[in-house]
Amino acid sequence: MRFDFNQLLTWIAPESRVLDLACGDGSLLALLSEKKSVRGYGLEIDPEQIQTCISRGVNVINQNLEHGLGNFEDDSFDTVLMTQALQTMRYPHIVLDEMLRVGKECIITFPNFGHWKARYHLAIKGRMPVSDLLPYEWYDTPNIHFCTFTDFEVLCREKYINVLHRQVVNERSAQWLGDLSPNLFGETAIYHLSK
Amino acid sequence: MTQAFPADSVGLVTPQALTFSEPLTLACGRTLNNYQLMVETYGELNASKSNAVLICHALSGDHHAAGYHSADDRKPGWWNGYIGPGKAIDTNKFFVVSLNNLGGCSGSTGPSSINPDTGTPWGADFPKLRVRDWVHSQARLADALGIGQWAAVVGGSLGGMQAMRWALEYPDRVRHCVVIASAMKLSAQNIAFNETARQAIMSDPHFHAGDYLSHNTYPKSGLSVARMIGHITYLSDHVMGEKFGRELRSGSFEQGLDDLVEFQVESYLRYQGDTFSERFDANTYILMTRALDYFDLAREYDDAPSVAFRRASCDFFVASFSTDWRFPVERSREIVDALISAQKNVSYAEVDSPYGHDAFLLPNDHYRESFSRYMAGITTE
Repeated sequence: MRFDFNQLLTWIAPESRVLDLACGDGSLLALLSEKKSVRGYGLEIDPEQIQTCISRGVNVINQNLEHGLGNFEDDSFDTVLMTQALQTMRYPHIVLDEMLRVGKECIITFPNFGHWKARYHLAIKGRMPVSDLLPYEWYDTPNIHFCTFTDFEVLCREKYINVLHRQVVNERSAQWLGDLSPNLFGETAIYHLSK
Repeated sequence: MTQAFPADSVGLVTPQALTFSEPLTLACGRTLNNYQLMVETYGELNASKSNAVLICHALSGDHHAAGYHSADDRKPGWWNGYIGPGKAIDTNKFFVVSLNNLGGCSGSTGPSSINPDTGTPWGADFPKLRVRDWVHSQARLADALGIGQWAAVVGGSLGGMQAMRWALEYPDRVRHCVVIASAMKLSAQNIAFNETARQAIMSDPHFHAGDYLSHNTYPKSGLSVARMIGHITYLSDHVMGEKFGRELRSGSFEQGLDDLVEFQVESYLRYQGDTFSERFDANTYILMTRALDYFDLAREYDDAPSVAFRRASCDFFVASFSTDWRFPVERSREIVDALISAQKNVSYAEVDSPYGHDAFLLPNDHYRESFSRYMAGITTE
């Protein structure tokens, strides 16, 4: 199980309606369906990922998130999810608005660009961060809109978004460090949001 | 003698005619007392009769969806690429039923059949059919074959409309509905193309108000033009450009020459029109295009597709093709949105293909894989 999924599970109500944006291979939806009996749909554009979802028996819809969620009605899902994809969006702030329009609640996970390793690369080496957490070079990265935990919280405040829960998860380093100083030592943030 | 059929083909198949004598009341209010359906089946029906798949054909299709009718058949059935051992509709797993729809011209009762009341061909007097009439006649066919519930009802284009209507008319008799390159209703532009095709047929002097068979003739040129119009709309601009460009078949643009210049695309379209007009019935063409035009999935559900789909109890797979401008991706997205709104299980593949509407018949990796994996997930125990 992916390390950010465990926490997220506890915030999903049984038998709720879930929309997973950029659902990848459908493993999260399969898990939610197994553990929480949710009725879930995933949105994905990569053909191979879509095929994997179909093999898993996960509902997958071929839809490009950059074109918005205009086909979904307000509050039509209990929870709209997006794991590790916000930083790949052309307009993350609009995606966030749309998630909160379509879902009563949202759960978002993203990597922390304020992590000490990223800061070390930029401050000491003078290079864009490339690490085990962020393995891409600046020119080929799909991650075009990085933010730190603090950046994200500022955005939430500006948009009057209600942060229901926040959890920092560390896969490769000590969890207690992440809990102590999230924006410096936290690897991945999981935000549970509502309007 | 060894047959040289490909290993992934169902091989030699023999159609059979089934007759039905229980009167069928049609949506138009008229009744067919007796009718015949021409049917082909591939694969074996399992003991629990839970592996049957119904194939619904499109405008010009028929019962011959896969395999070959004889050892020297040049071409297999119209959906041979997707029906066969190991293919998307795997005949090692499924018992596949394919029929020529009522009103057709390939052996099922239609306008070119003899009307028992008059002893002459039905012609223009054959009842106007709607998609639901086909669905009801297909349900009778299921009864005759001892199939209580289809594992899946599958169709492309007009066939997809039948599959969706099945899901609403007989929710207990369908477990999976596969809708490919289809729509919940045609657009004005689509109806316009169909009407232009019909007018081409009806304005042919050999049409005789639809009773051409009684005059021992048929509207060959009108039907041919109708097919040419249709054919253009099933291809994409890109594919026509790739296939024909501005290549000439005959003549020249050389200065001083007064030759008649013929482009390759003209010759191709005329050939398509000619061969089609020799095998297809003009009244059937009119009937089928009207059924397409009349279809509106949600008409009796307050024009609310999500209300309509709430009746369904099956799961859905929907696919569309990027360059299909006759049944564009937007029409399939509408189906998917309505299904999600109705809280139905659905997966949707939007397939990149240069081949326009015809793409649903042609090889394509993403289409084949998505379709195959969906069908592979259907339980037949």
